[in-house]
Amino acid sequence: MTPDIADRPDTASATHRAQVLGVGERAPNFSLHSTPDQRVSLDDFRGQPVVLAFYPADWSPVCGDQMALYNQVLPEFRRLGAELLGISVDGVWCHTAFAGARNLHFPLLADFEPKGAVARAYGAYRDAEGVTERALFVIDGDGVIRWSHLSPIGVNPGADGILEALEAMHQDAGHTAAGAGARS
Amino acid sequence: MSPAALKVPVNANDHTQGPSDAPVTLVEYGDYECPHCARAHPVLKLVLRRLGDRLRFVFRNFPLTELHPHAELAAEAAEAAGTRGKFWEMHDMIYDHQREGLEVEDLAQYAGAIGLDAIAVMQDVAAHTYLPRIREDFMGGVRSGVNGTPTFFINGMRFDGDWTDVDGFVEAISGAAVSV
Repeated sequence: MTPDIADRPDTASATHRAQVLGVGERAPNFSLHSTPDQRVSLDDFRGQPVVLAFYPADWSPVCGDQMALYNQVLPEFRRLGAELLGISVDGVWCHTAFAGARNLHFPLLADFEPKGAVARAYGAYRDAEGVTERALFVIDGDGVIRWSHLSPIGVNPGADGILEALEAMHQDAGHTAAGAGARS
Repeated sequence: MSPAALKVPVNANDHTQGPSDAPVTLVEYGDYECPHCARAHPVLKLVLRRLGDRLRFVFRNFPLTELHPHAELAAEAAEAAGTRGKFWEMHDMIYDHQREGLEVEDLAQYAGAIGLDAIAVMQDVAAHTYLPRIREDFMGGVRSGVNGTPTFFINGMRFDGDWTDVDGFVEAISGAAVSV
């Protein structure tokens, strides 16, 4: 069983890594339902960093799963000025129930119709299973991807990479605060 | 991508079992209200027994309070017991009795059952004396790539395998000893 686990990350990166949008690319805009009567667009967050967390499905059987972890680390993300958005192909009612059950304090977006369209735009869709990859994107206030990461589907990537990326941006912003307005 | 690595080395503030010069150190980030951690508890006992002096075991707090409203309270009680020299006794009590309850009165009862002054322990809990330490454990875990509970690090590298497979877990741990 040990060799399987060791092999998994390599397999995933060889097959999928090239497809995921990378650093310096413009983050495709989207407008998705977060609740039955509310939509969230990436453009809503212009001027502030956004963390996009694509994940395969609500109701992961693993206690303390990826979304629960990010929920717990949310104060740190917000301290660094960032907003967190979770995205999966689950529908809004599913998201609503999941967010309620797990006490989540950030929006879950439904990439539901057309199914997985946003995930595809980010190169984070798995055709075979019909779910999104476990992929992370940190997007700056100008809508440019500053960090991305594709995790093997079975491995929860944690929050360390996101925090490092946000901190690096925070430091950059400190140095270039004067020029930020001119760029956008 | 290589697996996540432990960012906070094992140090004098840690709760440890086993010799400090053991060839393998297993670090667990755990949550006292997490049912998976409770399931892992007897597995760890077995692993510790099988590996004996070849293993040092470290427990660090990773309470997911949004999911488990009693996790932090229980961690504070374990830390308060730790100050009185009974961390592992309290740790075991909490995991063994997790399903019976982790309310203040339950924790007080567990503290009493291991021979501690329950009132003194619960006063420390109420004063949140050990909360900064618990939060420090948590953030150190986040920085190290802890991705849920329990998360294990074997000689500083995150173990992404299946700990419910005891033989495989023991093999992964002893394998790390060989490669040192």
